[in-house]
Amino acid sequence: MTATPGTTPTIVLVGHGMVGQRFLEALAERGLTATHRVVVLCEEPRPAYDRVALTSYFSGKTPEDLSMTDMAFIEKEGIELHVGDPAETIDRDARKVTSRSGLVVDYDVLVLATGSYPFVPPVPNKDAEGCFVYRTIDDLLAIEEYAKSRATTGAVVGGGLLGLEAAGALKGLGLTSHIVEFAPRLMPVQVDEGGGAALLRTIEEMGLAVHTGVGTQEILVGEDGAVTGMKLSDGSELATDLVVFSAGVRPRDQLARDCGLTVGERGGITVDEQCRTVADPHVFAIGECALAADGRVYGLVAPGYEQAETAAATIAKDESAFTGADLSTKLKLLGVDVASFGDAHGTAEDCLDVVYSDSRSGLYKKLVIGRDGTLLGGILVGDADAYGTLKAFTGSVPPVSPESLVLPAGAGESVQLGPSALPDEAVICSCHNVTKGAIRGAVTDHQCTTVPEVKKCTKAGTGCGSCVKVLGQLVTAELEAGGVEVDKGLCACFSQTREELYEIVLALRINTYQDLLDRYGREDARGGDGCDVCKPAVASIIASLAPTIGASGYVLDGEQAALQETNDHFLANLQKNGSYSVVPRIAGGEITPEGLIVIGEIARDFGLYTKITGGQRIDMFGARVEQLPLIWTRLVDAGFESGHAYGKSLRTVKSCVGQTWCRYGVQDSVRMAIDLELRYRGLRSPHKLKSAVSGCARECAEAQSKDFGVIATSNGWNLYVGGNGGATPRHADLLAQDLSDAELIRLIDRFLMFYIRTADRLERTSTWLERIPGGLDHVRDVVVEDSLGICEELESLMTAHVAHYRDEWAETINDPEKLARFVSFVNAPDTPDPVVGFVPERDQIKPDLPLLSIGMRPTHDVLEGSAQR
Amino acid sequence: MTLAPETTDLKVQLHLDDDWFTVCDLSRLLPGRGVAALLPDGRQVALFRDRGGELYAIDNRDPFGGAAVLSRGLTGSDQGRPFVASPLLKQRFDLQSGQCLDDETVRVTTYAVRVG
Repeated sequence: MTATPGTTPTIVLVGHGMVGQRFLEALAERGLTATHRVVVLCEEPRPAYDRVALTSYFSGKTPEDLSMTDMAFIEKEGIELHVGDPAETIDRDARKVTSRSGLVVDYDVLVLATGSYPFVPPVPNKDAEGCFVYRTIDDLLAIEEYAKSRATTGAVVGGGLLGLEAAGALKGLGLTSHIVEFAPRLMPVQVDEGGGAALLRTIEEMGLAVHTGVGTQEILVGEDGAVTGMKLSDGSELATDLVVFSAGVRPRDQLARDCGLTVGERGGITVDEQCRTVADPHVFAIGECALAADGRVYGLVAPGYEQAETAAATIAKDESAFTGADLSTKLKLLGVDVASFGDAHGTAEDCLDVVYSDSRSGLYKKLVIGRDGTLLGGILVGDADAYGTLKAFTGSVPPVSPESLVLPAGAGESVQLGPSALPDEAVICSCHNVTKGAIRGAVTDHQCTTVPEVKKCTKAGTGCGSCVKVLGQLVTAELEAGGVEVDKGLCACFSQTREELYEIVLALRINTYQDLLDRYGREDARGGDGCDVCKPAVASIIASLAPTIGASGYVLDGEQAALQETNDHFLANLQKNGSYSVVPRIAGGEITPEGLIVIGEIARDFGLYTKITGGQRIDMFGARVEQLPLIWTRLVDAGFESGHAYGKSLRTVKSCVGQTWCRYGVQDSVRMAIDLELRYRGLRSPHKLKSAVSGCARECAEAQSKDFGVIATSNGWNLYVGGNGGATPRHADLLAQDLSDAELIRLIDRFLMFYIRTADRLERTSTWLERIPGGLDHVRDVVVEDSLGICEELESLMTAHVAHYRDEWAETINDPEKLARFVSFVNAPDTPDPVVGFVPERDQIKPDLPLLSIGMRPTHDVLEGSAQR
Repeated sequence: MTLAPETTDLKVQLHLDDDWFTVCDLSRLLPGRGVAALLPDGRQVALFRDRGGELYAIDNRDPFGGAAVLSRGLTGSDQGRPFVASPLLKQRFDLQSGQCLDDETVRVTTYAVRVG
């Protein structure tokens, strides 16, 4: 079979991996798909996919999820993509490529993007059953199948980047996993000895066995010819059912060798700066199969993309060159951040290292500094947050001392370098190679005023998205520098920040939202209805200050009811099907057997799903809105009250049993936790507040992950603030030590009221502490040293809150007018919402989700028993 | 809350199939907050009253999550257009047109409403 060449010139791409796909996109961007016939020969049975993310298959990604090929794109651009049909021979004289299926294509331009193949060391039995490589989706499927049926232990040969990925994959398959690395440390290319040690500790803690400094001599096989173990160079043997070779890759250049193209001594198709082969102007090579003009074969995807762009530009007769690429990398391997950039190993003459190492938490940070203070490179293990900034500073003298750049936050000397300190040539978006200068230009020359506009204009932040935060800071800084006023107002209704509104409400004793909107709202918002951003924010301010400004302390009173988020309005937590969950307060996590029985009885009687929460209480799910008052009545009668699980307010104060029972406890942590929870219950704040009290330094209550955490000492209490769990964990900072009970409570009173006063809407204490000027030191000055002279006021505000606390549930069930709001339908109060249904799971209920997608049940019976009123 | 005597007899009515369907007393509608009503055919309507006393009625079902909860959302106005924000994932819906303000392809049914 011969494909007929038309009059249009033909580009043939051999290989459809990540780099091949990028090349096709670059062709389309330059209009070359319109003027050329484009034929792609792909060996694998599926089009280009994200090989870098291969391991994510074991965390639930399907091969389809990994795909990087939009078939609509292939079709629209008229690309002839042949999968499962690799090129077999190239006739350069006749300019023809023949595929395995016998397809013959004439080319004007041939682009080789054949990638690389895994290197398998020549050890005996390397091809035995149970030996694998880790490169393609098919490799992965084969490993998975073998592991499931025939293996409980697996070993990976190679402790580099891919080896660790493969080990992670084996662990994901539930195998006992070993890593065998010939070099004395893991990831020898990227990290140095110290970094390797930090990495080793963390990886061993995950349950992987690491053997460094030993080579593989032989694969041992059983009588059936399948793998049973490995013989190592130190004479020892390692029993294993499965071996994955991941000892590096080699350029796939056989096709090029066969047709007489020049290849390097150690492999790789030799190309010039335009990615054109040196032997034939009609042939290009890009990606891992190419030996670039700087004499290197690049095994990373970013340089491959650059080569793809260069080749496409050259074909389009544009000027472009690939002269080499930065080998900086930032990865998350087995959940550990690993980054290296610039001259990571300190090969420059006379350079010096600055190292911070904390083996306990698996942290290792090294900066390589030149004699004149120039930052040359570095290695980060365990925490690579500073990678973006540090990489951008590489090659220049940073404006602060290098030590301060590697110390962890809160260690005194640590400095957070803002992006405004970066030079214009610093690359902010590595995916699209956008510099800080280009971003500034978008604001100053192209009149972009928002992040979305800048993204559209420069493409920055449209790749992996990791630079978007920095982008936002740069745009704001640039607008401010240009004299453009950046609107920091709360929303379209108020030009003030939350903090400013708090000051207005407090100083002028304004106690309604309408009054505040009509007097202090933006001109066009006055007299209006406000919005869903400012209403709950102002409701929270009014509630925090209620006794002081003369507002009702009950959040469903009068106008306040209309301002509350749905959870606060129903004093319960809305779930996905429209039902609610109910959490009674269990102060300090202490509860009597009778209390447990009451909760159990209520849950049973109302058919609720029960679960123990992280805050040491019990959550009951599946309550219909009309059942809430009935449930509360039962709870209140038994002595329970609202746990405010629904509010931006104090949630729980968790505790360990402390001195009373525990052999190690030094204070009564349960009593303190109960005292604190009862003191601050119902306190509305910018975001939820969590707390804990530990009875000794063993910290079983995890107080350092809380907004305010207390740890007992033999002399009293230590107070920590600004901790957080969740998506962005932060260890709390020590605010004060060895406090008496009274001192502790006074300090927390001040701290909480200062936070409520100055934080932004929905800003947790952890982000607040990092944002406010002066950080922890400033907060300590204000609440410990009273540097602003406001502590007396902060304390009196808290005293007023404590004195006026009332249980919202009890208040509601005793108020017939409020109770009337807790109905399913205003015209059919006893008819349950037909969309709220449940089905059984593990002896309890769960929401009937298909019911939500159907939307409604058959209509004939729904009005039964309801009365019009 | 004390109900003004002159409003207690006023009824909120929805226009359904050429007829007006009486839902509840006007006093049951708190300015800035919604209530849910059940129609004879099983559909659910979310009714709202704004600060100026205007009434609005849209389908109660959140088209994104499927639950019938729009009546429990927070209301507000965006450039003069009254809206409710879904309590599930906060998408906003124009109370006059039913148009979702955050996704132009989504719209919920609206109903004519009056005080009778």
